[in-house]
Amino acid sequence: MSEIEKIIPIEVLRYRPEQDTEPVLQTFQVPFTDDMSVLQGLQYIKDYLDGSLSFRWSCRMAICGSCGMMVNGIPSLSCKTFLRDYYPVGLRIEALAHFPIERDLVIVMDDFIEKLESIKPYIIPKKPRTLIEGEYLQTPTERDAYEQFSSCINCMLCYAACPQYGLNSKFIGPGIMALLHRYNIDSRDGGKAQRMEMVNAEDGVFDCTAVGYCSKVCPKHVDPGNAVNLNKMESAKDYFLRFVMPKGTGK
Amino acid sequence: MEVFEADIAIIGAGGAGLRAAIAAAETNPELKIALISKVYPMRSHTVAAEGGSAGVVQTHDSLDHHFNDTVGGGDWICEQDVVEYFVAQCTEEMVQLEHWGCPWSRKPDGHINVRAFGGMKIERTWFAADKTGFHMLHTLFQTSIKYPSIQRFDEFFCVDLVVEDGRVQGVVVIETATGQFTLIKAKSVIIATGGAGRVFRENTNGGIVTGDGMAMAYRHGVPLRDMEFVQYHPTCMPGTGLLFTEACRGEGGLLLNKDGYRYLQDYGLGPAEDKPRNKAMELGPRDRLSQAFWYEQQKGRTIEEPHGSVVHLDLRHLGEAYLRERLPQIYELAEEFLGVDPAVTPIPVRPAVHYTMGGILVDGKCASPLSGLYAAGECSSVGIHGANRLGSNSLAELCVFGKVAGIEAAKYAKSVAPGNTASLLKQAADSQKQAEQLVTRLDGKKGTERIATLRKEMAQTMEDGCGIYRLGDSMQATCDKINELKQRFKNVNVEDKSSVWNTDWLLAIELGYQLDVAQAMAYSAINRKESRGAHQRLDGFEARDDVNFLKHSQAHYAGEGAPRIDYGAVKITKSQPGTRAYGAAGEKAEQEREQAAHV
Repeated sequence: MSEIEKIIPIEVLRYRPEQDTEPVLQTFQVPFTDDMSVLQGLQYIKDYLDGSLSFRWSCRMAICGSCGMMVNGIPSLSCKTFLRDYYPVGLRIEALAHFPIERDLVIVMDDFIEKLESIKPYIIPKKPRTLIEGEYLQTPTERDAYEQFSSCINCMLCYAACPQYGLNSKFIGPGIMALLHRYNIDSRDGGKAQRMEMVNAEDGVFDCTAVGYCSKVCPKHVDPGNAVNLNKMESAKDYFLRFVMPKGTGK
Repeated sequence: MEVFEADIAIIGAGGAGLRAAIAAAETNPELKIALISKVYPMRSHTVAAEGGSAGVVQTHDSLDHHFNDTVGGGDWICEQDVVEYFVAQCTEEMVQLEHWGCPWSRKPDGHINVRAFGGMKIERTWFAADKTGFHMLHTLFQTSIKYPSIQRFDEFFCVDLVVEDGRVQGVVVIETATGQFTLIKAKSVIIATGGAGRVFRENTNGGIVTGDGMAMAYRHGVPLRDMEFVQYHPTCMPGTGLLFTEACRGEGGLLLNKDGYRYLQDYGLGPAEDKPRNKAMELGPRDRLSQAFWYEQQKGRTIEEPHGSVVHLDLRHLGEAYLRERLPQIYELAEEFLGVDPAVTPIPVRPAVHYTMGGILVDGKCASPLSGLYAAGECSSVGIHGANRLGSNSLAELCVFGKVAGIEAAKYAKSVAPGNTASLLKQAADSQKQAEQLVTRLDGKKGTERIATLRKEMAQTMEDGCGIYRLGDSMQATCDKINELKQRFKNVNVEDKSSVWNTDWLLAIELGYQLDVAQAMAYSAINRKESRGAHQRLDGFEARDDVNFLKHSQAHYAGEGAPRIDYGAVKITKSQPGTRAYGAAGEKAEQEREQAAHV
């Protein structure tokens, strides 16, 4: 540990539904070292200052997707945001925007999970294959095509960044669109037609106003904004093809 | 209390739990499966596994090689019949994941690519860059959505098993969002709750890895087997313990001491060569590499940093482009958490606790001695890891034995009648009372012990007594300390008295689980008077002792008192215990074994 202990004020938006009628800010003075993450700051608060502070976390290394929150108004993973960058002024931590708060920094994520479940996020094989036949052949190029979109950790920062989702939570949103796209462009998959029905639906891609903030906050370089835009083109293509293709021949 | 009627309850929705759920659903779609997890499935710690998963694919590799690497790597305390089954199933399970969409890294011809790993004779580690666990977990989770008979209980925390008429008949859970209790009735139960690495101070594990399932089974009389064997991974981030995968070395990374010297050659792992050689130097097994670090530290040849002594993991010669392709997550971890560009500067690393080789005693069918109770994955001891797990075997284990557990639990569920709800509810009410008393307390007084203080003292004493090298005195001190902490835990203060998302309360329950698991580890360790694999003593028991200790330890829960330790036989099929050696010495030993076999 460093020789001189520094103290940083951390302001946390508290909401305890059994005692608070509305969210309230509470400030904690937290000793820290330069290598400490915002998450470690919160853990310090919970361990030594106030055991009642609730937040989700687990892996500490930006892969489990649990610890998304607003840090000074920016959707961030608290495990890879560092206290030193806010010293000496301090920082304000709030629950992820655009989701209902369950308690303190914990949001209700049912909507996200329901959307995830609804888009058939699994391989619908083009050509079923038995295990005896071994793996599907997939070139590195084919893999690279979807790999980026398969890297979403479901942290929902992009939803907290998305102004459209903030206005209308029926919008499918960036992260789930990236996941849908990931399966649609997988060389093993043949389920695109089923999934495009979702894209074409009213609350599909066309709700996106192309702000691009979703991709900016993404901690894993998934670029969900790009997935949304690619699907706008796909969806438009689908729409026109409906008029020129005889029924049932579309893929 | 609400009651949910399931046929099978699965506790834990990481790799093993999800694989079990899918297997059960495919075995019998009529069965109602309750998949319970204290976190959303994709948060489970499988997500953090990096390097890869084993499965023989290369023509010059063989099941025998995988078997020998596993059994020798485990210092011959593996169940060899189970290992034989395991290695024969791994590849099919990896192909199954491929069919389900796992983005395995590929060769130019479109076939699966494999990489080298520590302690492995031939490369057989399937990988998805360095996010293999992440991709496997998300693939399994997303695939599980296809099966309507799987009903998930996301963010439900399990507090107890319900056992009646000599068989498990359900589980008691708290809904985190409300604090409400539910009895989930089930004819069979699968525990898939992962390891317990958080009982140690410096570890690679996520906060959720608290041994819950191990402790629940243990409290109901199921022995915990081989708990003294705890794996230190040699290359972790100082302070936080975050993992730098073994794949760093599989791809050609080097370990250097403060003089820039590849010190592993001084510890029977050499010779040091320019090109990586399997089962030598940096590709030696984890226990030996962590032990070599310890000696370097004793000799003053490590580098001193604020979070302790370190050596250097040197990836510079691999170049940025290759590192970004093969080890993108490692690259980012080094950059973001340490401010180190690994293409330019070596990464400081030190060993940290990574994996619990032992766990809930189960047979090769994942069945525990308690009827109806199954276990799979890190929480279980199915017998493949022995005294030191081979890297890449744990992800494969999740699939192979998750599937077995799912099939077996489905069969068992069809063979028994549902239990009596009223009497099960009575038991569940007792479990509820037990859990609530942590908050309300019987004496009505305020607790005086902080959860965090107890947890930190536990983690420190485990590191002090049950670290890379162990001494009788310090293990005794750890046993005494854990006993003291268990007493003090009765006086724990849960500050939060609310119902909605009361994580203070859940942390206290987890701490109770951890203390029981830690106690089983410490007593199993002090009773093993030999050195084997990850259990190394420096107090007169430096050698492996096959006469007295070629056997599994079994810790039996004894409530307030110290656990009772007894021993079970080790199943040997085709590999008699031999010299465990790596590098040139290992190759010589292997030749001698082959010659002896051909006489």
